[in-house]
Amino acid sequence: MKQNLYNYILGIADNSLILGQRLGELTGHGPSLETDIACTNISLDLFGQVRSYFQYAAKIAGDNRTEDDIAMLRKEREYVNVLLVEQPNRDFAYTMARQFLFDIYHLLFLQKLEKSKDLTLSAIATKSIKEVSYHERFSGDWIKRLGDGTEESKTKMQDAIDGLWTYTDELFHQTEADKAMVAEGIGVDVTKLKETYYKKVNEILEEATLEIPESKWFQKGGKEGVHTEHLGYLLAELQYMQRAYPNMEW
Amino acid sequence: MSEEQIKNLEVQFEARIARDEKIEPKDWMPEKYRKTHIRQMSQHAHSEIVGMLPEGNWITRAPSLRRKVALLAKVQDEAGHGLYLYSACETLGISRDELYDQLHSGKAKYSSIFNYPTVTWADMGAVGWLVDGAAIINQVPLCNTSYGPYARAMVRVCKEESFHQRQGYEIMMKLANGAPEQKELAQDALNRWWWPSLMMLGPTDAESIHTEQSMKWKLKRKSNDDLRQQFIDQTVPQAELIGLTIPDPDLKWNEERQSYDFGEINWDEFWQVVKGHGPMNKERMKARVGAWEEGEWVRDAAMAHAEKKQARKQKQAI
Repeated sequence: MKQNLYNYILGIADNSLILGQRLGELTGHGPSLETDIACTNISLDLFGQVRSYFQYAAKIAGDNRTEDDIAMLRKEREYVNVLLVEQPNRDFAYTMARQFLFDIYHLLFLQKLEKSKDLTLSAIATKSIKEVSYHERFSGDWIKRLGDGTEESKTKMQDAIDGLWTYTDELFHQTEADKAMVAEGIGVDVTKLKETYYKKVNEILEEATLEIPESKWFQKGGKEGVHTEHLGYLLAELQYMQRAYPNMEW
Repeated sequence: MSEEQIKNLEVQFEARIARDEKIEPKDWMPEKYRKTHIRQMSQHAHSEIVGMLPEGNWITRAPSLRRKVALLAKVQDEAGHGLYLYSACETLGISRDELYDQLHSGKAKYSSIFNYPTVTWADMGAVGWLVDGAAIINQVPLCNTSYGPYARAMVRVCKEESFHQRQGYEIMMKLANGAPEQKELAQDALNRWWWPSLMMLGPTDAESIHTEQSMKWKLKRKSNDDLRQQFIDQTVPQAELIGLTIPDPDLKWNEERQSYDFGEINWDEFWQVVKGHGPMNKERMKARVGAWEEGEWVRDAAMAHAEKKQARKQKQAI
């Protein structure tokens, strides 16, 4: 099996999986019916992407494993999503800030992945770009609304951006699988996305009349499977049925 | 307007309905027609959004990615139904905020079925199969109801509900044909949801206060008891097909009536839940009111932002 390619796909897909799961927690509890529908829709898009990635990964693995085995039957240390996406839904400002900080990266990433030599990954990227362009617009608009809304919303939004900023740098760290895939013309060199990312993020924060955080202290570890304490609980829910009723079809 | 003029308008109005013409928002309508429609349509809208909660309860724990995606899409459809129905209701001159107030204060009702808990994954199957199944029986006739915006909303709602019902049945079928543990889950869910689903079609005709007027306005075409019989006759063979047993020892095919006879419904339980004392009434309201109150600062911010943007635009125009 092509281990590097397999690991590389998991690195991409786990971000969508964990963020989709977080958004799924909110369905039915949004601040308005319209935002509820939109967040559920984003969750749906992300899980749709996850299925494409994991089906492909299962094929590469070439044994009996399925998309669900990959999604739901790994151990905590085997999930390789960035720390940003596992952060909890503290309030709507946090949810939107997390989404925004990820969406800007996600779209830049997919635009490069579309040029991958791997035709399956390229096709998944093409399809996902349409979806993620909408996600980016949606979350960016909310950053502006909440940043340049009321005093209260500005404070909450600033808190959220400040709180999540520490998780942004990890987006641009390279794993071993990344390096190997970049060398083969399959993977995206994420280090090259960093400058554009912060430029785009900062533009929107400025338009939202928010302060750009100055902290240079960043967290990392997600890509190596070392997560924040939040992930274990998320996985407990995600994996519940597969663990409680093993080896069954649903 | 004189009493005689109103009487005249009422006669014309009833004649239009009798001719199967649609009543549109700007048409004259009797006050009682308007109020009855606000009551029924908002109750329907509230049921959709409260109904998101018991199913939303299993989104994070769905057993496979395929089921998770389908469940997300289903709950999202319900939010969409809520949205059209609130909008349709607004054409009668009431705002969405007022309708929410009525829900949150307990003045407006929603379908009592959503006051039961979803305790296992099989409940996602049972709710789709039985609850959406009963809802469709109630709702299909509304596609031809007299009030245009409601009738049009219902055409779309019914298409999606029928998809949900098949999806729920398919979940049950998979469980019923699965491992013994899965079959047990399915039977247990059927046991818990069967009677509440029958109650969902409303009190017996003798106790139903709204039926006669609603029939005249085509808000209702069949009585509650007829709808219930239709639901039972349709559902029993579906349960048999997948090897599940309806939890009613008195259920028996009646050759003469060409229908199933069934056991007595526990109406005390029905009224207990309707009056707010079901297993989940308080939880459901807490979740809805909580989401609304916690969302207030978000809605205020969106409004403030829109006003600022508008002001900037006007300034530029000068």
